[in-house]
Amino acid sequence: MLKDITIGQYFPGESAIHRLDPRMKLIMTTIYIVALFVANNVGGLLVCVAIGLAGYLISGISLSMVKKSLKPIMPIIIFTAVLNMIFVDGKPIFEFWIIKATYEGLQLAVLMVIRIVCLIAGSSLLTYTTSPIALTDAVERLFDPLKKFNMPVHELAMMMTIALRFIPTLIEETDKIMSAQKARGADMESGTIIDRARALIPILIPLFVSSFRRADELALAMECRCYHGGEGRTRMKQLKYTGNDFVALAVLVMVLALVIAMNLILPSMY
Amino acid sequence: MENIINAQQLVFAYSGEKEAALKGVSVSVSKGEMVAVLGHNGSGKSTFAKHLNAILLPSGGVCYVGGINTADEDKLLDLRRTAGMVFQNPDNQIVATIVEEDVAFGLENLGIPPEEIRERVDSALKDVGMYKFRLHAPHQLSGGQKQRIAIAGIIAMRPQLIILDEPTAMLDPRGRAEVIETITRLNRELGMTVILITHYMDEAAACDRIIVMDDGRLLIDDTPKKVFSNVALLKRVGLDVPQATEIVYELKKCGIDLPDDIITDEECVEALASLLSKKGEVQA
Repeated sequence: MLKDITIGQYFPGESAIHRLDPRMKLIMTTIYIVALFVANNVGGLLVCVAIGLAGYLISGISLSMVKKSLKPIMPIIIFTAVLNMIFVDGKPIFEFWIIKATYEGLQLAVLMVIRIVCLIAGSSLLTYTTSPIALTDAVERLFDPLKKFNMPVHELAMMMTIALRFIPTLIEETDKIMSAQKARGADMESGTIIDRARALIPILIPLFVSSFRRADELALAMECRCYHGGEGRTRMKQLKYTGNDFVALAVLVMVLALVIAMNLILPSMY
Repeated sequence: MENIINAQQLVFAYSGEKEAALKGVSVSVSKGEMVAVLGHNGSGKSTFAKHLNAILLPSGGVCYVGGINTADEDKLLDLRRTAGMVFQNPDNQIVATIVEEDVAFGLENLGIPPEEIRERVDSALKDVGMYKFRLHAPHQLSGGQKQRIAIAGIIAMRPQLIILDEPTAMLDPRGRAEVIETITRLNRELGMTVILITHYMDEAAACDRIIVMDDGRLLIDDTPKKVFSNVALLKRVGLDVPQATEIVYELKKCGIDLPDDIITDEECVEALASLLSKKGEVQA
């Protein structure tokens, strides 16, 4: 049952966006997020919405996926919108006791919601079209210069890789332990929340013990294969920017420029 | 023949334990040999294997592997690319999430240029017969396949010696057969020296030479035929013999005349058949 869990939210594909260099996708996502926060009027935000939509169209990923990724943060979106409506001064829509909703607040709330939705949709597009392992690789190479400042970039990337590698193994193991405990009469499906949480203890403890054992063995195996940190390491797969990557980057830079232009032309809404 | 392993009077005790795990073991192995190491649990066979690539260092005696003293810390990397090691649990020695990336892991650590890594990874995967699985995730593979990937990861480093510490203990019979077949091929076709630590007597019988260890000492060091002809001694140290040898041993105890050096099923069938046909002639 647990085996059906997929790692990350990657959807393999062959679209132009899938084939972009993961480093470039990371940079593009960053520019997109900056553009979203720079935009201070409807015009700028519409540009962002448009490019986001275009991204989804090109990648071939259904827009209903956006709905799915928005679900967990729906409360935050609603909360932000309500707060904006209430606490911004201006022409009142209605007044009730000490609560006063204003037109200006409503405007700002809409802006805020668009911004958050675009933020989630944009960063989701990155994880939908890039495998976790490519993403890890990209992070390692992009932040490579930080090694000069003693940032453990390689080590972090290696930890990510190993974590990704062991998720399915540990899921399988959890499944086995659960079956073993059920066979011994453990009851995991009834009782209060506290009872159920308590029922997890006999599953988590063996899982932890075995993870430590695995870690020990893995470390030994890595040492036997001459692992000695990131120094002097080469990589089989080399990442290379292609023409498409630069076109994509140019598009994103244009979006940012357009957003800034809109800020200058149109009145700010703050 | 040149010796690849030259161990002299190895002594080793795990910290906190009074009794030494190795009590003066001397072994030499020449290039291209396929040697099985047998012994019940706690006989020191794994401890011995761990001395061959400096996971453990001897507290007494010296160990040379491929001409390198294992105690020489400056040559640790050289030693480990000379002597590769495969462990029991395939799950706990695969590092990457894609098969070919895992095979490349050791080579990347050695700082080999990318084009050469690619080439060596492909040829190692072909050597273990897993080339068509190169883009799979490890968790999609069976135990035997995963163990072959682990072997590929080692042979991609082109070691002269490969040490396998009970590589089939966690596998089903089919996975076992795959792995043993792969190891045998590496030895026969690529001339790789193999040290196979095992609990399975039929695997040991297929090697050129068997070392039996007991209580931290080397008990027997001989060809499989000679080793398995001494059934009584093997039983005393808690070891089995191949099934064919067992049958012949029991039959001989009942006074039936059979040769001493039978270790494979085929030999056993042949001996029994010739015995029966002889009997037929006598009766006729």
